[in-house]
Amino acid sequence: MNLEPAEPVVTAPTPKVKAPSAPGGAEEPSAPEVKLSAEDLRARFGTTQVLKGISMPIEARTVTAVIGPSGCGKSTFVRCLNRMHEVAPGAVVEGRVLLDGQDIYGAQVDPVLVRRHIGMVFQKPNPFPTLSIQDNVLAGLRLNGTRVPNPAEVVERRLRQVALWDEVKDGLDRSGTSLSGGQQQRLCIARSLALEPEVLLMDEPCSALDPIATARVEELIHELRADYTIVIVTHNMQQAARVADTTAFFYMGELVEYDQTDVIFTRPKQRKTEDYITGRFG
Amino acid sequence: MTRHTDREYARELDLLRERVLLMGSKVEAMVGDAMQAFHERDTQLARATLRADHEVDQLELEIDERCLKLLARRQPVASDLRFITTSLKLVTDLERVGDLATNICERTLELSLEPPVAIDPRLPRMAQLAQEMLADALNSFVQSDAQRARAVVERDALVDAAYAETFPALTQRMVTEPDAAQRLLSVGRYLERVADHATNIAEMVVFMVEGKDVRHTFHAVRPMDS
Repeated sequence: MNLEPAEPVVTAPTPKVKAPSAPGGAEEPSAPEVKLSAEDLRARFGTTQVLKGISMPIEARTVTAVIGPSGCGKSTFVRCLNRMHEVAPGAVVEGRVLLDGQDIYGAQVDPVLVRRHIGMVFQKPNPFPTLSIQDNVLAGLRLNGTRVPNPAEVVERRLRQVALWDEVKDGLDRSGTSLSGGQQQRLCIARSLALEPEVLLMDEPCSALDPIATARVEELIHELRADYTIVIVTHNMQQAARVADTTAFFYMGELVEYDQTDVIFTRPKQRKTEDYITGRFG
Repeated sequence: MTRHTDREYARELDLLRERVLLMGSKVEAMVGDAMQAFHERDTQLARATLRADHEVDQLELEIDERCLKLLARRQPVASDLRFITTSLKLVTDLERVGDLATNICERTLELSLEPPVAIDPRLPRMAQLAQEMLADALNSFVQSDAQRARAVVERDALVDAAYAETFPALTQRMVTEPDAAQRLLSVGRYLERVADHATNIAEMVVFMVEGKDVRHTFHAVRPMDS
């Protein structure tokens, strides 16, 4: 993948290529494909160290939840994964983040291009208030200067992908903010998907949503997992348990435990994890 | 272990533990009383033990409800989840042990209507083993002691072996005293089942403590030595 500046183009999503089977017909179990990998990732605001050396490989087309108490560094961690941390004043990142083996902090890498490959959805739905629903879907592409030959097709495809099409198809010119909170969040996910990212970071995407809207977003996460690598930060441990394949527990800027979600929620290995998820903390 | 931040939740878990222990102690007492009634042909004790089963049944219902409420309202995870699901399953085994104690009492009442019979000396031995296993399984639950629980599981083979020895001796007696021998055989089978339930409880305790499911692993058939 080339993360260095180039003319942006709209490309078809890369089809999943199945690894060729071994000679003799027997399928050999292949090693999991690591999509994104943090290596000794450290982050600070001025002299305050927020992340203290996180090393964490993230498998392709899986959902990874990051949990931990407030201030543990989980949001900073995901913001480092698409070079958003460094945007804040006084913010410094050290270490490496590899996307398909390429360091996104490399000297020649364009952070804007990184953010196209690694999209982000935030806690509070943030559609552009002055833009219509359809223009919100296309906003990311247009801001990137991408020529969109068939905008209606892109809008329909992305709104269908987030299961919003049937709800909004008769009012695409309405303002994005006229939608309910849950619909706005799905609109924001559609806007991220229009950029055809490979990785989707979600920072507390459901904390402002009611249970039904939350269930819709979670259902969407399940569907997106087939094509995208998703990292979700959540305070809601039941949500992590429901949606994630793997879960990472952060505490005071350190990765305490990272394992299959089933293991974390039934038999965690670390006492700190156990105490946190069972509510015995502090 | 560290206390829960939410003390109400901690109290609910403590109360569940207390109720399971109460049920366990009642069931233990029922088996002890049933065997005493059996040995001493004490029909009064047998009838009292039969009546005690109702309390055990009520405790099973109450504990089931507590577990369901905790699951629904607290969404427990990790050790709490293992404790609650273990409790939910454990009471089923305890309730069945209570039923087996009542079965022993029923056979005792039937035997009391006939002349005294010689009790096979292996039956008291089986009873002692089964009762010790049940007590140790419950203690391992109280103390979250997986090692003690594993030891219970290993002892099940002793009870099985004792039952296997009792069987031919009592079958022989079927010729001369068919009714009595049939009832003594039944008591042997009940005791063997008590040990099986104690084993189940102990296996659940290993899971509760260590998160490892050890069911169906202790009695694996070993490959023949070549």
